Amino acid sequence: MMAAARWRVYVVRPLLRWAGRKVWLLTDYGDTLGAGLQRLARNFLFSTFFPFLVRLPFRRLCEPGSCKKSPPGAGRFAAVPRALEAGTLEGGLRPSPASFGARYSQYLYLGPISCKEKYSFQLPEQYREMSMKREGYSTEIHIQVGQFVLIEGDDDENPYVAKLVELFEDDSELYSKKRARVQWFIRFCEVPVCKQHLLGRKPGTQEIFWYDNPTCNSNISVETIIGSVRVVALAPDEVMPIDLKNKKTFFVKLSWNEKKFKPLPPEVFAQLNKLQEDNHRYQKPMQAKTKSAESPSWTTTEHAVKRIESRHSTSKSRHTASHPVTPRARKRLELSSFPRTPNTRISPAASCASLDSPGRMKRKVAFSEVMSPSKRSLPDGFQTSSPALKAPEKTGEIQHSCTKDAKKTSPDHGMILRARAPALKITETSEERTLTPIGGGRKSSVVPSVILKPEYIKRREGKEPEVQDEAPSTSRIRRKSSVLTLNRIRQQLRFLGNSKSDENDEEFLPAAEISDCDSEEEEASTTPLPRRTPNSVSRNLRSSMKSSLQTPSKTPKKTPEPRTPRDATPRIRSRNLTAQGPTNMLEEARLRLHVAAVPESLPCREQEFQDIYNFVESKLLDQTGGCMYISGVPGTGKTATVHEVICCLQQAAQANEVPPFQYIEVNGMKLTEPHQVYVQILQKLTGKRATANHAAALLAKRFCTQGSSQETTVLLVDELDLLWTQKQDVMYNLFDWPTHKEARLVVLTIANTMDLPERIMMNRVSSRLGLTRMCFQPYTHSQLRQILLSRLRHVKAFEDDAIQLVARKVAALSGDARRCLDICRRATEICEFSCQKPDSPGLVTTAHLLEAIDEMFSSSYITAIKNSSFLEQSFLRAILAEFRRSGLEEATFQQVYIQHVALCRMEGLPYPTMSETMAVCSRLGACRLLLVEPSRNDVLRRVRLNVSQDDVLYALKEE
Amino acid sequence: MSPALASRFFTTSATWKTRTVNFITHDDKILRERFCHQSPHGNLFGVQVQYKHLIELLKRTAIHGESNSILIIGPRGSGKTMLINHALKELMEIEGVSENILQVHLNGLLQINDKIALKEITRQLNLENVVGDKVFGSFAENLSFLLEALKKGDRTSSCPVIFILDEFDLFAHHKNQTLLYNLLDISQSAQTPVVIIGLTCRLDILELLEKRVKSRFSHRQIHLMNSFSFPQYLKIFKEQLSLPSVFPEEIFAEKWNENVQSLSEDRSVKEVLQKHFNVSKNLRSLHMLLMLALNRVTPSHPFITAADLMEANQLCSMDSKGNIVHGLSVLEICLIIAMKHLNDIYEEEPFNFQMVYNEFQKFVQRKAHSVYNFEKPVVMKAFEHLQQLELIRPMERTSVNAQREYQLMKLLLDNTQIMNALQKYPNCPTDVRQWATSSLSWL
Repeated sequence: MMAAARWRVYVVRPLLRWAGRKVWLLTDYGDTLGAGLQRLARNFLFSTFFPFLVRLPFRRLCEPGSCKKSPPGAGRFAAVPRALEAGTLEGGLRPSPASFGARYSQYLYLGPISCKEKYSFQLPEQYREMSMKREGYSTEIHIQVGQFVLIEGDDDENPYVAKLVELFEDDSELYSKKRARVQWFIRFCEVPVCKQHLLGRKPGTQEIFWYDNPTCNSNISVETIIGSVRVVALAPDEVMPIDLKNKKTFFVKLSWNEKKFKPLPPEVFAQLNKLQEDNHRYQKPMQAKTKSAESPSWTTTEHAVKRIESRHSTSKSRHTASHPVTPRARKRLELSSFPRTPNTRISPAASCASLDSPGRMKRKVAFSEVMSPSKRSLPDGFQTSSPALKAPEKTGEIQHSCTKDAKKTSPDHGMILRARAPALKITETSEERTLTPIGGGRKSSVVPSVILKPEYIKRREGKEPEVQDEAPSTSRIRRKSSVLTLNRIRQQLRFLGNSKSDENDEEFLPAAEISDCDSEEEEASTTPLPRRTPNSVSRNLRSSMKSSLQTPSKTPKKTPEPRTPRDATPRIRSRNLTAQGPTNMLEEARLRLHVAAVPESLPCREQEFQDIYNFVESKLLDQTGGCMYISGVPGTGKTATVHEVICCLQQAAQANEVPPFQYIEVNGMKLTEPHQVYVQILQKLTGKRATANHAAALLAKRFCTQGSSQETTVLLVDELDLLWTQKQDVMYNLFDWPTHKEARLVVLTIANTMDLPERIMMNRVSSRLGLTRMCFQPYTHSQLRQILLSRLRHVKAFEDDAIQLVARKVAALSGDARRCLDICRRATEICEFSCQKPDSPGLVTTAHLLEAIDEMFSSSYITAIKNSSFLEQSFLRAILAEFRRSGLEEATFQQVYIQHVALCRMEGLPYPTMSETMAVCSRLGACRLLLVEPSRNDVLRRVRLNVSQDDVLYALKEE
Repeated sequence: MSPALASRFFTTSATWKTRTVNFITHDDKILRERFCHQSPHGNLFGVQVQYKHLIELLKRTAIHGESNSILIIGPRGSGKTMLINHALKELMEIEGVSENILQVHLNGLLQINDKIALKEITRQLNLENVVGDKVFGSFAENLSFLLEALKKGDRTSSCPVIFILDEFDLFAHHKNQTLLYNLLDISQSAQTPVVIIGLTCRLDILELLEKRVKSRFSHRQIHLMNSFSFPQYLKIFKEQLSLPSVFPEEIFAEKWNENVQSLSEDRSVKEVLQKHFNVSKNLRSLHMLLMLALNRVTPSHPFITAADLMEANQLCSMDSKGNIVHGLSVLEICLIIAMKHLNDIYEEEPFNFQMVYNEFQKFVQRKAHSVYNFEKPVVMKAFEHLQQLELIRPMERTSVNAQREYQLMKLLLDNTQIMNALQKYPNCPTDVRQWATSSLSWL
């Protein structure tokens, strides 16, 4: 391997998020090849992609002697490449959870690491194979490392798919000692809805994606493994086989890195194919054609890189061996915890190199990237481009995390520190001793956000204590030493004592990653998504996965809005004291009279019910689509009737009388913006989330393309007028979709105005709406009475006359059934208040109802005037007098004031000062007895009465 | 107890005096808190019916899980917030209620749009998309999340939510009234039990609601109208000023309360209160009056006297602009008089500086000995000063290149104000005073 590969390139990322640019670290073998790398870098990389690239001579690191000579940290460091060489390092470096503000990292490797005895690392035992025996089954299933497994998640139908990378036992784990490390695959349905369109095609039924997210926890409990499964890798140009009966076969063609779908990196592809071949239990369905199948869209850099890589396919495949995904079940938790990937990772080799070749490296490997932007270009082909150091929004955080890194004292750090500042050595060593395999107990309270999140977790899942232990911290090695930083680190080390983490997060990336654009990187970094299993093992143990983290593109986040607690369930706290039921007749009546109470049937809307029912039913039976417009003033039962129709139809569908259909309801008033309607429809239709534009596209695709939907969709659009936009595109789409034969969409629209289509819609929109209209007339008094009677069927709480009265009153006012019910409800309360015996209140009489009606509908202006102060009343009089004088209905305050002063003088009142009168005027204006101009006009503000002059006179005369 | 008596009483012992200081600071504190904070500890006046209505409603929501909506309407200072605070306090004292109820307090002046309001609701409900104090997600997400959360609940098992919307009318100005529609819709459907309590001073609040929003509102209204008469007002005055019986030094509290009692019977105090009552029935303005009077209480002057109240009343009813005029220079007074004459002549038509200057010149020429003939730029400065004091106001906005001499202005003072101010103006030249009374005096 070594011989074949003259050098290999790793891109190591802790890529500083700093300045929105990444810092790349390339490591290579052999000093002699430095020039070649330089050339490569100069030609392809530096200029375009790498703001910051560091090359490390690998061999130096690998020399056994270097380990001995160098302090412990360096030894461990050196072990990594050695393990890599030996081919035993599964994943030497892996990211650890970290917040975006503070990160720490760890690395730990499994396998023959010479210096492991030196350190108190608890190395797990490893296994080659596991066997499962399920209850009720006699056969044992043997699953070997390297096979693909199903892992139980929150969805029983679709368990997670992963590749078993390693099996080991971990004593440090509290709950399940048998652990497995896996490389995750992701199903299309697990891809965030808003990102699904990135695929650009329909996913195959059994298609899965290589999940290229190093931040995802790959350490799982063996118990979660359900069974084995077969995964077939397909070359990009291969057709997705659809006819395969075997549900247990998945196809992987692309990788998903939270940002985009990419063709499988060749090394991954090769590795998968190899596994496939090895897997004697399954026959290979369609052999991948060539490994070299690469999409032409790949950049030259990628090509170059790939070429480089292809020489080391073995090692590379190792690197891509697995990839951490956590089953969904855990996602929630993880969301709230810290990202396990520090954005900055550094190869141990890099730091080693800096030690070993100080002259060449110029001591650049340091923590001080952040602080010393001035050092941007270095001799010897090491480039730090200034953009990398430009402060992004996150600067503060990064600096913070940088300092934190230091505290967290990765061994690497320690080593570098020692190299540079021997005085630190002791601190460092002692720290190392304190490292425990379990990352628990580390709580960083340095960054506020860090504190927040664990609390949040606690609140949500109190049962998972480990989560909080996994405090975020990161260590990053910063290049470019500056004395300043060093001092700071030293201080922090001193300060930190034993409390920080030992782990250093490291990750090797294949050069392919180079093609990642910085902006993406930045975006990802600002919102890193933590994912972690609840009972996660110490990070040390998990670190064997590190090599798997190099996939062409990496994103530390899985959901598009990682900081959002996406999976938060919308729910109101439940009460622990159950609500009391009604205790007497009146309460019973009140309960039934509540608008929310669902009546057994909707009286008085039989005709409308039948019409709508027939309409929808016929569309269902014909398997076509159509639109219907329902209008009516508020409170006439439009929505209730449609709900009832749907309810009946759903029952009919269950009885197989009509074809099954899907029912969706949207309400224009419950949207923040008309285009949000697409989002809601899509979400209710498919459960996916998408942006408005994307949702519109998806819906259009769904409704307008052949044979896409299996069953009819019934869409109820309430408060249609709110969906009006300047271009009317929302309405147009809503009415246009049903016209497509394939859409099989029935749109029922509800609005208040009868002539809405004519009034606000363009011709092309109203034409599509069609002429299926229905108008709900306001309820007549007999209908209202019937409604009340039907609700009070078995409850004798009202006098007949009272019901008659309220029905007539409301019918005369508005015909709004809600009003009717509210009045009756209020009347029961009044009845209850006025009743002497609380146990057996009498019937609600007309008197009670009249009182309720009076309370609800009587204008309060007159009472307000009657109860206003004397000066306020006389001001009103002055207004009337001024109006009479001028013959106008409006006067300036000054004019009224003159009248007011005269009035007061006549009545022998003390002279009202201007300020007092102004205050009076403002008070009257505030309760809208007067309409006054804004007060900046001062005495010139115009005053108008908001009540009729007769009312004012009447109210004032009463006195 | 007269001040003289009080002082004699307290001078008997030196220690008494120091202790009095303590009492006074203590009673000062109690009363100030009473006047300045809307504490739910005070008593309610004349709103027992409304209170019962509200508390029953809240209880039904809390105990039976019934959804409701109600508006509390009343002019400013009529005790709307106090009413709801009292009711909530009583509600929370019921066993098993306080932990079974969620409160959301919104204020139209703070939550100026639905986006902010939604975030605030979510935050106060502490839903699961709240991390610490931050609410995540976009406006649309927040809305659907909140609606989903409320929709999932039902009458019997969900925690009832009390929404209190202060300055309810401002919420009605939000776009589409989305928030109100949704809240009221929840109150009218079988979801999480909610009670929407709106507080507003606008009597026309229902006209502000869109018809579908209005239809969902239950039309329950509680009107608080300050519907008490003067005897009740007097009683309120007494109650507000009295010290509680738990006051540390009972003797002092007794004396204090006695004094308050005698004050309320004093004729001049009654007059002051009557005057105040005539201007405003608002309890807040009464608090203002009492606060001003209370400020005069010192260890050497331990009890409020009628004179204190009279002075406080004078402060309350002071004309602010008249006071400004007092501080003007003679030249500025002259200009104001000139403007007054112009107003009289041209019947409130706007004037410009040149006109005022001419008028002033005419007066100066006639009575050259009484007023120094200022140069035009000086007069202009004085004129501008008047504008800064907002005693005059330009008709339209000042543009950069407009000639300031010819900019049309209006006087924001009333004739009576000017005359009153002049009467009190110290050392006003007689000629000027005469000129003010008659514009023709120079003839």
